[in-house]
Amino acid sequence: MTEDDVDRIDRNRRHFLTVATVVTGVVGAGFAAIPFLASLKPSARAQALGAPVEVPLGSIEPGEMVRVLWRGRLVFVLRRDEDMLARLPETISELRDPNSEVIDQQPDYAANDTRSVRPEWLIVEGSCTHLGCAPLEDFEPRLVEGWGGGFFCPCHGSKFDLAGRVYKGVPAPTNLRVPPHRFVRDDLILIGQDTGAA
Amino acid sequence: MARVEAEVGKRPEGVLGGLVKWIDDRFPMTETLKYHVTEYYASKNFNWWFVFGVLAFVVLAMQLVTGIFLTMNYKPMAAEAFASVEYIMRDVEWGWLIRYLHSTGASFFFIVVYLHMFRAMLYGSYKKPRELIWLIGMMIFFVLMAEGFAGYLLPWGQMSYWGAQVIISLFGAIPVIGDTLVEYIRGDYSISDITLNRFFALHVIVLPLALIGLVFVHIVALHEVGSSNPDGIEIKNNKDANGKPIDGIAFHPYHTSKDLVAIIVFLMIFFAVVFFAPDMGGMFLEHANFEPANMTATPEHIAPIWYYTPYYAILRAVPDKLWGFILFGLSVLLPVFLPWLDRCRVRSIRYRGWMYKTALTVFVITFVTLGWLGLQPATGTYVLLARIFSVLYFAFFLLMPYYTSKDKTKPVPERVVYHG
Repeated sequence: MTEDDVDRIDRNRRHFLTVATVVTGVVGAGFAAIPFLASLKPSARAQALGAPVEVPLGSIEPGEMVRVLWRGRLVFVLRRDEDMLARLPETISELRDPNSEVIDQQPDYAANDTRSVRPEWLIVEGSCTHLGCAPLEDFEPRLVEGWGGGFFCPCHGSKFDLAGRVYKGVPAPTNLRVPPHRFVRDDLILIGQDTGAA
Repeated sequence: MARVEAEVGKRPEGVLGGLVKWIDDRFPMTETLKYHVTEYYASKNFNWWFVFGVLAFVVLAMQLVTGIFLTMNYKPMAAEAFASVEYIMRDVEWGWLIRYLHSTGASFFFIVVYLHMFRAMLYGSYKKPRELIWLIGMMIFFVLMAEGFAGYLLPWGQMSYWGAQVIISLFGAIPVIGDTLVEYIRGDYSISDITLNRFFALHVIVLPLALIGLVFVHIVALHEVGSSNPDGIEIKNNKDANGKPIDGIAFHPYHTSKDLVAIIVFLMIFFAVVFFAPDMGGMFLEHANFEPANMTATPEHIAPIWYYTPYYAILRAVPDKLWGFILFGLSVLLPVFLPWLDRCRVRSIRYRGWMYKTALTVFVITFVTLGWLGLQPATGTYVLLARIFSVLYFAFFLLMPYYTSKDKTKPVPERVVYHG
């Protein structure tokens, strides 16, 4: 290339072509990335396995709790007895969100004093809202310690009451999540679906 | 590479010499060997702190080999993973050895890398012009943490499952995108077969590839500027008539033969653990992990494997989810900035003042104590202690520009010195 040739280089044109090529390349790479990123999402099978589960309630005694899996997540189904329900208001001053004001943590129909469709039946995800450990049940009240019974997370010490409401001063930021659910019959619930009558 | 002057006439004669020449005309073999090995000059007063880079390399090689052999019998499926590990332990000939080499190797990788990093802090190895070596090294450290984490899920034991649950949930603390991100990481609504499958891919392909690539550039960057030394001076400033550093000796055969001693001692300790205490009392292989993953019950006491516990203790010390995540992330990231936080004019601890010596001592105590606290339950006194030591941890880094610039330093010698 002679000096004369160098002088005749159209630098604007060259710059434009460079930028245009880079932009096109980046946009192309962006589109090409979509299938790869999307493949990381829950697959059709994972979504299908996430279908609602039925839980028969007939054999659960008052004060008793069963653990079921929905979408691979642990769900507690607790039948609260009269005592338990009576104790709920006693520790309200210790709670961070006693009125279920964080709307993501329960469907509308569970945003009430007992966080349930029917006061007797508590249905919450057994996954601590801090880092996802399964809380342990500790239903014995020790009111001198300000403990009305509930759930205790062994990982980082978060505490929840018998309505899955989080105590103050623990790492978990919110109440235990109430999954969508509905009563099919008096003795049968469906977890994972709430269309129709709640 | 052309900077290394080829020494004519040193090539082997005969057929071998012909072959070497044939290759050299097509590939820079002899040149590369000279540049990186036989004519790479490193300070002749290296002490034992300078062997950990080589040891890390040895452990990496060992992990790659044992890892490849483990994949030949391991099944990355939730239904079979735990049983396949037991199968390796019981039915595969020598499988127990290969598996214990790999699991013990993971812990020793971190021991060696932590000591390697501490060496850099002792002798200011990260200071100009070696900042990039430090940055690449920190990237290696992060990849290594990810590698260890992904690997820990594979046996599909209780601790695998719940440890992954806790760490993946951490990302849920990120505002707005958190929940979606967690779903993308797991590929499911909970940690499942799908998660295990992709962690296997990360553990055996993505992360090892990244690790090897980063180690390669780490060494290339090192050989560009030259190794540091216990005096923290540039041996390139004193060269002989041939342009070789007077205080340097060739990596091979001199440093390699000394490193070989270190490797042998290291392997003695390593194999003592492999043969007599492969679980190290629950430190290297946690007891709860000898039980298959159970989605319905978190073990009573859960703690990550020991090499993450200092950061985990910081995470637990914060009574808020988002801030816990931020401070946890910060505690892992802060060492990246050491080359710029450290304002001291001298590199080596030998010529630094009392302030840095005190700070570094307190830091070591802090790091070890946090590591211990991360293994304890998160109750009363432990949480209080974790808070105190978390403050000390951050203070070491954040106050560093102050105390390193105020510190009184001793004069630095022109040539390297020996301490008996």
